[in-house]
Amino acid sequence: MQIIKKIGLFIFLIGLTIFTVLPFMGDFKVTPAALDQIIQEKGISSELFIQRIQEDVVGQEFHGMLSLSPQITQILEATNAQHRKEKEYKKIIYTAAHDMAAAVGKVSGNGFIVENKGLMWFLTFGLGILGSLLFIVPNIVLLGKKGIKNNGIYHENATNRGWIAWMVFVFLVSFYLVLYFRSEYAVNWTYLVDPISEFLSGNPAGHWFVYGFMYCTVMSVMAVRMYIKYRHNIYQTVRTTSVLFFQIVFAFLIPEIMVRLQMPYYDFKNAFPLDYDFFFQWNLKSLLNSGGIGLFILVWGIALTLVIVPVMVYFFGKRWYCSWVCGCGGLAETLGDPYRQHSSKSLFSWKVERWLVHGVLVFAVVMTVMTLYSFFTGSGTVLGLKTQTVQNTYSLLIGAFFAGVIGTGFYPIFGNRVWCRFGCPLAAYLGFVQRFKSRFRITTNGGQCISCGNCSTYCEQGIDVRAYAQKGENIIRSSCVGCGICSAVCPRGVLKLENGPLKGRINPTEILLGNDVDLMDLVNKK
Amino acid sequence: MEHIVIIGNGISGITAARHIRKLSDKKITIISAESEYFFSRTALMYVYMGHMKFEHTQPYENWFWKKNRLDLVNGYVSKVDTANKTLILKSTKEIKYDKLIIATGSKPNKFGWPGQDLKGVQGLYSKQDLELLEANAPNNKVCKRAVIVGGGLIGIELAEMLKSRDIPVTFLVRESSFWNGVLPEGESQMINEHILEHHIDLKLDTNLKEIISDENGWAKAVVTDKGETIPCTVVGLTAGVSPNIDFLKGSGIETGKGVKVNNFLETNIVDVYAIGDCAEQHEAIGNRRPVEAVWYTGRMMGEVLAQTICGNKRAYNPGHWFNSAKFLDIEYQTYGWVFSEKSKKDQEQHFHWRHSKEKICVTIAFNKDTKQFLGINTFGIRMRHEILDRWLTEKRSLDYVMEYLKDANFDPEFYAQYEEDIVSHYNALYSANITPRKKSWKRIFSNV
Repeated sequence: MQIIKKIGLFIFLIGLTIFTVLPFMGDFKVTPAALDQIIQEKGISSELFIQRIQEDVVGQEFHGMLSLSPQITQILEATNAQHRKEKEYKKIIYTAAHDMAAAVGKVSGNGFIVENKGLMWFLTFGLGILGSLLFIVPNIVLLGKKGIKNNGIYHENATNRGWIAWMVFVFLVSFYLVLYFRSEYAVNWTYLVDPISEFLSGNPAGHWFVYGFMYCTVMSVMAVRMYIKYRHNIYQTVRTTSVLFFQIVFAFLIPEIMVRLQMPYYDFKNAFPLDYDFFFQWNLKSLLNSGGIGLFILVWGIALTLVIVPVMVYFFGKRWYCSWVCGCGGLAETLGDPYRQHSSKSLFSWKVERWLVHGVLVFAVVMTVMTLYSFFTGSGTVLGLKTQTVQNTYSLLIGAFFAGVIGTGFYPIFGNRVWCRFGCPLAAYLGFVQRFKSRFRITTNGGQCISCGNCSTYCEQGIDVRAYAQKGENIIRSSCVGCGICSAVCPRGVLKLENGPLKGRINPTEILLGNDVDLMDLVNKK
Repeated sequence: MEHIVIIGNGISGITAARHIRKLSDKKITIISAESEYFFSRTALMYVYMGHMKFEHTQPYENWFWKKNRLDLVNGYVSKVDTANKTLILKSTKEIKYDKLIIATGSKPNKFGWPGQDLKGVQGLYSKQDLELLEANAPNNKVCKRAVIVGGGLIGIELAEMLKSRDIPVTFLVRESSFWNGVLPEGESQMINEHILEHHIDLKLDTNLKEIISDENGWAKAVVTDKGETIPCTVVGLTAGVSPNIDFLKGSGIETGKGVKVNNFLETNIVDVYAIGDCAEQHEAIGNRRPVEAVWYTGRMMGEVLAQTICGNKRAYNPGHWFNSAKFLDIEYQTYGWVFSEKSKKDQEQHFHWRHSKEKICVTIAFNKDTKQFLGINTFGIRMRHEILDRWLTEKRSLDYVMEYLKDANFDPEFYAQYEEDIVSHYNALYSANITPRKKSWKRIFSNV
C-alpha cells in the first residue's frame, strides 16, 4: 500500500511539473488573420497599434509567452501614451495590456501543445488526478478501523508548516498571481481545456475556465480524500457531497450551459455581497438586456440575499451556506482540510477577525450603495469619490488579493478558512443572523468535557471551542460555519451541532452539571 | 490581603484559582514543578500521536495568568510547615500562606515489581512521562516492542499511542477480561475483540512477575506469571494511580491513601484544604470511592472549594455519577451506576443490547424489584448528559427510559439511530409493548 502511495505521489508530481512549466513553453506566431480577429473583437481603432503589431509581431516566431507578451504590452502602452499626448481619446485602447497579450496569445499558439490538446490534458490534469487517487485511495486500508485518524498530523512536514507546506504556499500564491494579474501566461493552460469548454459553452477556454475546471477537479479529488478519512461520519459524507454538487453543477456547469443558450453567465448560488459585482453597472445592464431570464436573475439575486439567506440561517445556521453550498467553503473543506488545524485560536486573532470581516462588509455595502447611486443618477462620483475607483480598489484588494491570493494561497500556513474567517462579507452578514436570530448552536454535553483541546485545534474558523465546552456553554458564534469537525474529533462525545428552539440557546452556566446545587438558591443569592 | 497558595496546577488547582479570582480579590499563588502553565493531561496522548502540539493542550493563553493576577511559581514543595503557615521549596525558598490548597494529583502505581525502576520503564501521567516516552519510544526502530502492564484506561490509551507509531504492543491484563472490574461482561468482551482487531497482543489473566535488565540497566524483557518472557524495550506501568502526597510526611496533615478531607474539603489542619486526585473523603459519597481520580471531580472540587474560601461555605456534593472514555475508536459514556458482575448488588439487573455487526452496545442497569432506572453505559452511541441526569433524579422506571430514549440521543446529525432496535429487543426480552416516542425539543428543554 505504501508503494502504491509513493507511485501515486510520483505520478502526481510529474503531472504537476508539466502543468507548472507549461507557461514557459509553446510556440506563438501571430498571423495577419489572427490580428484581424483581435482588431474586430476588441474594436481597435488605433492605426498606430495595428501598424506596430504588424511590424514587430506579425509573422514572427515567439518561443513562450514570456517573449511574446512583453512585445504586446509594450506596444499597447506606448501607443496609448501617444494617443493621450495627442488627445486622440477615441483611439485609446481600454483593454488592459495583459488581457490584450492573453487575447493575442490565445489566437496565435501553434505547435505541439495546441495540436495535442487531449494528450496534454492527460499529461497534466490526467496524471494529476491519477496520481492523487493512487495516493489517496490506499488510505481505505492504511487508516485501519473507522474512527478519526489524525495520527501524525503534527509530525508530518506537509501538515505542520514544514518545507512542503511552504512549497505548496509558494505554488498556490504564484498560481493566483498569474491567474489574476498575468493571465497571458495561462494561455497554454487554456488549450488543455479548450475541448471541454467548447463542448459546454461552444467557446474556447479562457483562464477563468481553466480555474473553474481545475477548481472542480481539485475539489472532486480531495472530496474522495474526505470520504475516506471521514467514512464513518455520515454528516461529513453528506456535507461533502452537497458542497461538491453545488460547485460542479451550480458554479461550473449551469453558467457555461447558460452561455451556450445565449443567456448571461450566472452562478445561482452566489449571493451578494460575496458576489460583489452583482450590482455593478455592466452586470445590471447585461441582465436588463437579457430579457426574461435576465430579469429573473435580477429578482433571484436580490431575493437570495434579502430573503432566502436570512430565512435559511434562521432555521439551519449559516452552515447551510458556508459548508454545504458555497464554493469557497467547498475548496476549504476539501483541499483545505489537511490544513484546518493551523487557524489561530488566539484572542488577538479574534479581535483582528472581527474588525476585518465586518470592515469588508461595510466596504462592500458602501461600494454597492455608491454603485447603485451612480447607476440611477448617472453620476460617476458620490461625495467626491469616484465610484469606479472604489469598485476597482475593492476588486483588486478584496476580490483578487484577499479572496484569491491570500484566501487560498495561505491555506498551508494560516489554515483553510482565511478568507471565510477574515474577509468574506457574506460570512459577516450570515454571522449577524446566526448570532442573533438562529436556531443553530453547538450544544455541549453537560459536564463531560475534559478540556483536551481537540475541538479547538481542529476548528478551521479559529474558535476556541474548548473554552465553551469546558464551561458547559453552548457555542453561539457568528463565525461558526458548522463544519462539524469539532463534534467528530471530540473523544468524549461532548459536542453536537443542533438546530433547536431559540429559547435557552444561550446558556451561561454558573456551576457545571455534576455539582448538585440548588439552582434556585443560587439565583436568589445573587 | 489574604494569600491563597495552591500546590499543583492541574484541573483542580486551576479551577479553584479561577473561581477564587472570579469571586474575590485575594492574592493567589500557584506552585508547580511539572509545567510552567496549566495544561490538560488528558490530552497528552494526542501530543504523542501527533494530533496536537503541546501548546494546544493549554486551555489558556500565556498572558491569561498575569492578567488575572494568578502568580505562578515554578518549584517543588518539599515541606509544609503548618504551624508557621509556610511552605519550604526544594530550592529552599519559603512561601507564606494564609490558606493552603493541596491539589497535587496522582502518581502512577508501582507494586514493588522487580525491575520496576529500570530505564525504559515508565508510567503515563505527567508531562515528564510524555517527554520520557518520546525519548524511549520515538519510533519502532528504537522501540521494537512495548509491554503495557495494567488493564485500565491509561493502559489502553498508551497502547493506542504506541500503535500510532507502529510499535508492536503486548498488553498484560490481570483480569480475565479487559476492565471487567468496572464493565459488565458484554461490554468488556466487546472491547477485548476491539483491542485484538487493532493488532494489540492482549494477554488476559496475566500478571507481571519481573522486568529483566540488560547490561546497561535498560529493560530488555518482562517475565509473566505464566512463565513467558517477552522481549521489549519499553515497559508501561499503568496499573492505576495513587495520591501524590509523599511531601506531606511530618506536616501533621492527616493522610490515608490521600489527604483526608471532610465534606467541605477541609483537612484536619485549619486553613489547609485538599482537592482533586489527592483528596480522600473520610466517608465515601454514595457509591463513589473515597479517592476519585477523575477529571470532572477534580474540577468540581475546585469550584466548590472556591466558594468556601470566598465566604460561601459549601459542601462537596457531587450529583449523579458520570464519566466517559474512549477505547481506541469506541466512545464510552456512563451515567448513573452500572456495576460489573463482580461488584453489582443482588437487586441490580442489566438490560444489554449489542448491534449485530458494529461495535455498538448499550447496557442499562435497573432495580429488578422496582424496575427503577439506575444507570446506563453506552458504547458507540452518544447520550445527552442533562436528560440522563434528570431521569436519575426523577427516579424514572426502565419502561420510561425505553419509551423516551430518543430524547437522550446525542449522536451527530444523520447518524443511524438504534432506539427502535434497542426497544424491540427490550420488548422481546421482557414481553413488553413499548413504542419509542419521537424526540421532543419540548421535553428536552423542559428544565430551561
